[in-house]
Amino acid sequence: MTENNYNQLERSAKNKKIIFRWILFIILGLFAIYYIAPLYVMIVTSFKTMEEIRQGNLFSLPNTLNFESWDIAWNGQGFSAGDVFIKTYFWNSVKLVVPAVIISTILGAINGYALTKWRFKGDSYIFLLFLFGTFIPYQAILLPMSRTLGSLGISNSIYGLILVHVVYGLCFTTLFCRNYYISISNEIVKAARIDGAGFFKIFFRIILPISAPILVVTVIWQFTMIWNDFLFGATFTFGKEAPIQVALNNMVLTSSSVKRYNVDMAAAIIAGFPTLIVYVLAGKYFIRGLTAGSVKG
Amino acid sequence: MFWLKRNLPRLVIAPSFGVIAWFVYGFILWTIYISFTKSKLLPVYDLWGVDQYFRLWSMPRWHVAVENLFIFTTLFIVFCIFIGILLAILLDQKIRAEGFLRTIYLYPMALSFIVTGTAWRWMLNPSLGIEKFAQDLGFVNFTFDWLVTPGMSIYTIVIAGVWQSSGFIMAIFLAGLRSVDDEIIKAAKIDGASLVSVYTKIILPMMRPVFMSAIVILVHLAIKSYDLVIALTAGGPGISSDMPAVFMTQMAFHRSEIGLASASAIMMFLTVSAIVVPYLYSELKREDDRK
Repeated sequence: MTENNYNQLERSAKNKKIIFRWILFIILGLFAIYYIAPLYVMIVTSFKTMEEIRQGNLFSLPNTLNFESWDIAWNGQGFSAGDVFIKTYFWNSVKLVVPAVIISTILGAINGYALTKWRFKGDSYIFLLFLFGTFIPYQAILLPMSRTLGSLGISNSIYGLILVHVVYGLCFTTLFCRNYYISISNEIVKAARIDGAGFFKIFFRIILPISAPILVVTVIWQFTMIWNDFLFGATFTFGKEAPIQVALNNMVLTSSSVKRYNVDMAAAIIAGFPTLIVYVLAGKYFIRGLTAGSVKG
Repeated sequence: MFWLKRNLPRLVIAPSFGVIAWFVYGFILWTIYISFTKSKLLPVYDLWGVDQYFRLWSMPRWHVAVENLFIFTTLFIVFCIFIGILLAILLDQKIRAEGFLRTIYLYPMALSFIVTGTAWRWMLNPSLGIEKFAQDLGFVNFTFDWLVTPGMSIYTIVIAGVWQSSGFIMAIFLAGLRSVDDEIIKAAKIDGASLVSVYTKIILPMMRPVFMSAIVILVHLAIKSYDLVIALTAGGPGISSDMPAVFMTQMAFHRSEIGLASASAIMMFLTVSAIVVPYLYSELKREDDRK
């Protein structure tokens, strides 16, 4: 093979590589557009007037940044009885999410700790019950739950929803924490026990200080699940007690007056904003929660 | 005092255990029992046999729901896994903007199904959405009215569902690919294997556990899918995009048929169990083997 031939071969291999990289980027870019498009459409639509929406198309930019539909989505128009807006329900969801996330995370951490560091007879069966609990279709518990909430006197209230989310979130939080603590060496705990430290002392002094990563994952998971829940909210609450996703759905589906797509989109962005922010700020932990919840056991 | 110390772990678990035993397993048993009764608006506790199940399976609407679930689940899994693997493999080629692209691919997972449904309902709106956009571009005869066409609306749920969940499948496959030893790829390349055959013949077969997890998660998401249907089509037009979860809530809370609703809930429960129990069994066995 002559020198010339060799160079040519090398050059064509290089060209091939460049073409391959370009195809790669084009495919990845097209998918990025596919994922981004709905968010883009939501944002531009929320800033248009209804006139612009009718005249322009889905992807056209608004002429001016019009915040009116955001105002209506959040505060309502305030002159008709059936006026649907988001503000009240947003705060309902906040009042629901904060206690439900805190309670279920604390219980999950203690359960996970007890199940891994203080093994007792039958503990693995108890764990199995929690594990399977993460998979059950909630339709199988909706009817008895609504009757129970009724007899406890907390149906159609935030307290009822807090109870529901703590109960069914418990399976997830226990699972996450158990899977994390099982990877922590038992030696530290054993040494502490020989030194006479008890159950709670070891938990607060040794386990809790090294639990930050899993607690972040658990909190984010629970926050996302509860904020985004619709089934429980729609089944157990109505009217002014409903959480945000229910309110958003009611708002979009009411066909009493002329459809205001810009207001719908503003409301949808508001309803999606908190989880989106959490995802952008703590994406790493968000993904870890998803995969921890998926690759179980 | 000694007894207390000894049994403290059990005492700590006990409340949670009790809660789960009652609110999960007790409630499921209650639902199973009610599915064998004549209950309408209120529960009655006289056993009636399996008649509710016969009623259920003789209802055309239930058949529509089951058929839709089948269509939805199949397409949802196929597209999510195809897109997920494709994106994971492409991202694994040492792409410069990987972190940024990954963030974009995965963000829909942070949004609720209601927000997702609201956004897609607007995009798929026949008079002002994608249809109009294409017509404005010059494709005057372009129609895209699946949302309001019976028999087609179920596919709009697939579109939105894949958009929401495929990034997640990408994430778990990417995690799987990252755990593959680079040496294997290098060795195969030295042996003259092309990049495509390295992936299809060597790496993807190694991903079997990841495939299993992905399928179980997607099936179980599909069976539970309720919010997305409600927000996108509300089961319509008519009942053409009904699904079992929607059917169940309709019967339970709007039609006062709680016996029938329970029977449909138990059908869903059994389907999920049939997939999840063997999966958990094999996962836990794998964990035991590793010890």
